[in-house]
Amino acid sequence: MNMIESNSLGTKIFKIFNYCLLAFLAFSCFYPLWYTFCVSLSDKLAAEGGLVTFYPIRPNVNTYKLIMGDAAFWNSFRISVMRVIFGTVWSMLAMIMMAYPLSKTNREWKPRGILMWILVFCMLFNGGTIPWFITVRNYGLIDTMAALIFAGSVPVFNVLLLMNFFRNLPSDLEEAAAIDGAGPWRILWQIIVPCSKPIIATVILFVSVGYWNEYFQGLVLMNKESNYPLQTYIRQISVAIPVGVTLTAEQYQQLAQNSNKALEAAKVFISMIPMLVIYPFLQKYFVTGITIGAVKE
Amino acid sequence: MANKNSSVKGRTRSTGIAYWIMVLPGYIWLFMFSIVPMVGIVMAFQDYNPSKGWFGSKWVGMKWFEYLLVIPDAKRALVNTLIIAVSKVVLNIVIPLVFALLLNEVKNMKFKKAVQTIVYLPHFISWVILANIITNMLGANGILNLIMKTVGHEPVLLMTMPQYFRQLLIGTDVWKEFGYNAVIYLAALTGISPNLYEAAAIDGASKWQSVWHITIPGLIPTIVLLTTLAMGNVLNAGFDQVFNMYNQLVMSTGDILDTYVYRVGITNMQFSLATAAGLFKSVVSFVLVVTSYVLANKFADYNIF
Repeated sequence: MNMIESNSLGTKIFKIFNYCLLAFLAFSCFYPLWYTFCVSLSDKLAAEGGLVTFYPIRPNVNTYKLIMGDAAFWNSFRISVMRVIFGTVWSMLAMIMMAYPLSKTNREWKPRGILMWILVFCMLFNGGTIPWFITVRNYGLIDTMAALIFAGSVPVFNVLLLMNFFRNLPSDLEEAAAIDGAGPWRILWQIIVPCSKPIIATVILFVSVGYWNEYFQGLVLMNKESNYPLQTYIRQISVAIPVGVTLTAEQYQQLAQNSNKALEAAKVFISMIPMLVIYPFLQKYFVTGITIGAVKE
Repeated sequence: MANKNSSVKGRTRSTGIAYWIMVLPGYIWLFMFSIVPMVGIVMAFQDYNPSKGWFGSKWVGMKWFEYLLVIPDAKRALVNTLIIAVSKVVLNIVIPLVFALLLNEVKNMKFKKAVQTIVYLPHFISWVILANIITNMLGANGILNLIMKTVGHEPVLLMTMPQYFRQLLIGTDVWKEFGYNAVIYLAALTGISPNLYEAAAIDGASKWQSVWHITIPGLIPTIVLLTTLAMGNVLNAGFDQVFNMYNQLVMSTGDILDTYVYRVGITNMQFSLATAAGLFKSVVSFVLVVTSYVLANKFADYNIF
């Protein structure tokens, strides 16, 4: 009796502790975004003085009004949107068409073996940043939208996700269609793709978030700032200490103080909005997406 | 009969052609942006001259690799990379495991769902954005120093202190990814039969005992799998994070191989030296990844291909 009581007291303490800890962790994942939002709505002086905690101080929408007229910001925003749209459509088409023949067995399609080997090798090994940069430059793609879409090469992992899913579809469907005279193209677009909506949704979300968040290609492949995608633009306005210049801690502080914090926070917040909008969908699908990777035939 | 056979053959061939046409765009894409750059590896063994290209530049053998062995910055970058990457590998396995176990104890489904939804969020936000937010929160006029001031402490400029920078990188990375990394554990937890817990409860097992003797053993295959696969990351300290968070003041502890390659190659245009440093990383990572896949296949029966 005593045992059970002390046990249940221990359990209670653990429960309270557990709920508090988990609530704190969740809070820590949300608070930085909320903080940024509050800074963006706060009075310029309050934002720069670092007085913001859990709510905006002397709330106003001046920063957002300022951004409305900021051509450079919206230009970068537009570039990012175009990149996500074109990039996602292109990569989905290319990846689905790659994944379907590769989902066959080596016996059904002999070249699969070597093609698979090449694909996996490209996922595990790369030439490194510099040869990649020189290649793209030699193609004459510097300062073009094409670079922002193609330079990242095939997202091999996503091809593997699609391939694994196609492979696990019941083969009866395909056989029945083939007997009815459907060729491989019809089978792919009218049977395989409609049956694979969950994985296609997952990969669309992965790929579009990937394009939206990508900043490095924008930085090294775009010479003109007017060609920067949004993430690269944000990187450039952030309090980036130019590496190679030696600053003292005091100068660093000075640099941090000179920037318009509220405005910067508003730009950062706007750049997160598309992400936050699709997040509920993302959430629904990506769990299937990652667990599927471990599923075998 | 003969006729039918030949039509089947003709059909297999046209299917084969269709398959080739399907994979073509993807493989051209792969060829242009993954395979051609691999040819550029020759730069690591040349004194690369942009006007002469990959086929006309002078060969210098292992010169750049010998350089790398004596350049203090390169050695420092390697040491930092190892420290940061290994810590991340270990903590990114352990912390999500603890988190998944704690979350598994929650019986209130609404609370559980809410926590899960929120902790996945940072994974999808780019390091550019998070670095900006973290820099502001920890900066001179951020929330950290507001707290410091309130408790009567001197201002602390965490982002400029080399002695704390690695911990900061590791901590923020674990924070960003723990929710996402826990997904795979949570999936494995749902696979453990509830009957086992019921049987244990009937036998009078305590909460601790059932976690220790049922939950943990049930997760061992997943833990083994994740550990082996993570081996491929011991030279991967996370370029995007470091590149967006580091600065001149924390170079001594924060500079990693990838950022070193960037500065030498892109900023200073020493293409050959940077290619050599990058190649070192690529080759070592490749060997580690292949080893880890072979091990994962052998011990955890894992096969992604």
